[in-house]
Amino acid sequence: MDFEDSPEEAAFRKEVRAWLDANARKLTGKREIDPEDMENGAANEMAASKAWQKTKAKAGYARITWPKGMGGMGGTPMQSIIFGQEESKYDVAGGGPFAIGLGMCIPTLMAYGDEEAKKRYVWPAVQGDEIWCQLFSEPAGGSDVANLRTKAEKNADGTWTINGSKIWTTGAQFSDYGIILTRTDPNVPKHKGLTMFYINMKQPGVDIRPIKQASGGSGFNEIFFTDIKVPDNQRLGAVGQGWTVALTTLMHERLAVGGGQGGGLDVPQLMQLARTLELEDGPAIKNAAVREKIADWYVRSAGLRYTTMRTMTALSRGQQPGPEASIAKIVVASKLQDLSAFAMDLEGEAGILSGSEAPMGGMFQGGWLSSPGLRIAGGTDEILRNIIAERVLGLPGDIRVDKDVPFNKIPTGR
Amino acid sequence: MNFDFNDDQKMLKDQARKFLSEKCTTKTVRGVFEGNHHYDQALWKQVAEMGWMGTAIPEEFGGLGLGYLELCVIAEEMGRALAPVPFSSTVYLFAEAVLIAGTEEQKKKYLPKVAAGEIIGTFARAEAPGAVLPKTIRTTFKNGKLNGKKIAVVDGPIADVAVVLAQTGEGERGLQLCIVDLKGAGVKRTDCITLDASRGHSDIEFKDVSAEPLGKAGEGWADMQRILDRAAILMAFEQVGGADVCLAMAKDYALNRYAFGRPIASFQAIKHKLADMYVGNELARSNAYYGAWALHTGAHELPLAAAAARVSATQAFDYASKENIQTHGGIGFTWQMDCHFYYKRAKETGLVLGPQRAWKQKLVTELEHSNA
Repeated sequence: MDFEDSPEEAAFRKEVRAWLDANARKLTGKREIDPEDMENGAANEMAASKAWQKTKAKAGYARITWPKGMGGMGGTPMQSIIFGQEESKYDVAGGGPFAIGLGMCIPTLMAYGDEEAKKRYVWPAVQGDEIWCQLFSEPAGGSDVANLRTKAEKNADGTWTINGSKIWTTGAQFSDYGIILTRTDPNVPKHKGLTMFYINMKQPGVDIRPIKQASGGSGFNEIFFTDIKVPDNQRLGAVGQGWTVALTTLMHERLAVGGGQGGGLDVPQLMQLARTLELEDGPAIKNAAVREKIADWYVRSAGLRYTTMRTMTALSRGQQPGPEASIAKIVVASKLQDLSAFAMDLEGEAGILSGSEAPMGGMFQGGWLSSPGLRIAGGTDEILRNIIAERVLGLPGDIRVDKDVPFNKIPTGR
Repeated sequence: MNFDFNDDQKMLKDQARKFLSEKCTTKTVRGVFEGNHHYDQALWKQVAEMGWMGTAIPEEFGGLGLGYLELCVIAEEMGRALAPVPFSSTVYLFAEAVLIAGTEEQKKKYLPKVAAGEIIGTFARAEAPGAVLPKTIRTTFKNGKLNGKKIAVVDGPIADVAVVLAQTGEGERGLQLCIVDLKGAGVKRTDCITLDASRGHSDIEFKDVSAEPLGKAGEGWADMQRILDRAAILMAFEQVGGADVCLAMAKDYALNRYAFGRPIASFQAIKHKLADMYVGNELARSNAYYGAWALHTGAHELPLAAAAARVSATQAFDYASKENIQTHGGIGFTWQMDCHFYYKRAKETGLVLGPQRAWKQKLVTELEHSNA
């Protein structure tokens, strides 16, 4: 048991370091992460992100595990992790804008698109020239995404017309293309009447409106589609097979390794705060109750850190990682919310201040404000618990009262 | 990255599970709970024949000389099986104390006997309810004689020898460990009634009992911390093992128990509870693995790794054992079901090396040092 690289991994790491030295500047000091950035993605530094993505793509580092000729180098997941570890030590722009496209949309296109589509779209996405978004959630279907209402109707000339709206779409405002799940038959049960397409986000009839979040930021969008025309060759998978295609997309979402651990807000920051504050009975850092809380959150953070190492070990040994990786977001999101709230409580009446007015630049207020979103985005805490219960523990799925009911007969509520 | 046990260690674990599933069923545990003995003597003998007590004891002292990673996998299986034998007190506490603080002579004297299963050892610390602090230690060790009283000593009724924390002068600087023969003159043991009857406890009174020093005077407190750190990691594996069984029991029951026309495992109230058990157990397992790594390599992070493993495993076993009963409903609260064995063992393992509260304070102290 150790944390060392295998000889092959060490050799790859050396190669990566040499390449990074030649192409980027090393970070001096620690990268400060603004909690607001977490939800806005890396949109702010789009030009820099695109440039860095292109540099990586040329060297095969943009999608290490993808085959050569598809923008990758046919590498292992472990090599991809090693590259990420080394890259984080350099002052380079983040790959946030490409995460959804390369993590979910393009893999779906690679699985269901025709050769021409692959030739046309994969490389521009890999090198960051074109950005993709994923259009699944709707006002009427969040956790129950198959309940979506956006309609695709076939025209006499074989093309399709799409009407409806999508919501919570990250990065839609700067996306060039998107994959969209639509309802093509409302007369069959909900999972059976769906069809997947990819669409041009810049075409007429696509109206993208940013959603102002409770935190003030606007990382998400609502999108309205009015009579947009889509040729039949932009269909992914057969008509009525959209749910199966969507599952491929979602499977890639789960395979995507990594993700933040709460915007750099964790036990060290809480301890830093506690060292500066005075409570009723002395310094906060010496207060037994404060220390118990710190310990509680520390064991969760450390537990996750070492869980990640177990996952990486499986990858390093060429094995499929165990299901333990599925716990991360449940732990991180709640911890961020609870830890931030506790820090604000320690700050006392000053806890209500925000931004630079607040202690430590308002990082806890920022974390507290963004945490409700983190607990919902990409699968709510509740859906994630269902996933653990059903996929990991093998418990039965919920009884679905709408399972065999035609979509247009399902009660809708308000 | 190689943060996992290797194939040999996993094989050892499989062997241990197979062995214990045959020799130590919950019937064995129930036998001790309901009988007049403080442990299962037949099982203890068989465990000794397997050589497990000597897993991490070097060969020169009669052990198998395998190492701590091997001891960790065995500990997990002992925890799963709720093995009613004095394994943790003899191996994690007594043997570790001798290995850490003992002279060459003491190692030669005691370790081969531990490895052969010829002696049962324990560690006596507390003297009153509340925290164990230098100022609460009134037992004295002067001129080779031990005087005082220790309470709730785990495996006290059956132990042959004990490491005792005693005062040679005043305060922390006067503390020293010593080894005492519990069968000697002047030792009076009184069995305690405890929550977990599968682990015997006793109060032990010493009146002018001859004892030998273990480690130096003034270093008793520091020695004890080092012993507890090591024991905490090994115990964390027992706790993780127990917690995993609780989850498996709850899952099995929920799948087979029907209410309102469906398995209760299909209700989200139950599914989410079990998912939370899983999350807690995995976090605890990962923290325990880090502890195992620290123990194996003697890393300077060991005290922090031990505290994190201890807190995480105690929390996981507590949660899994209580929610296992809850998942079972009324039947889970009956004597006839096994749920209460785990509920009680979770509390016993969570208190025996010091409570979560104290380990959390220690954890943050270690964090303060590591950030300095």
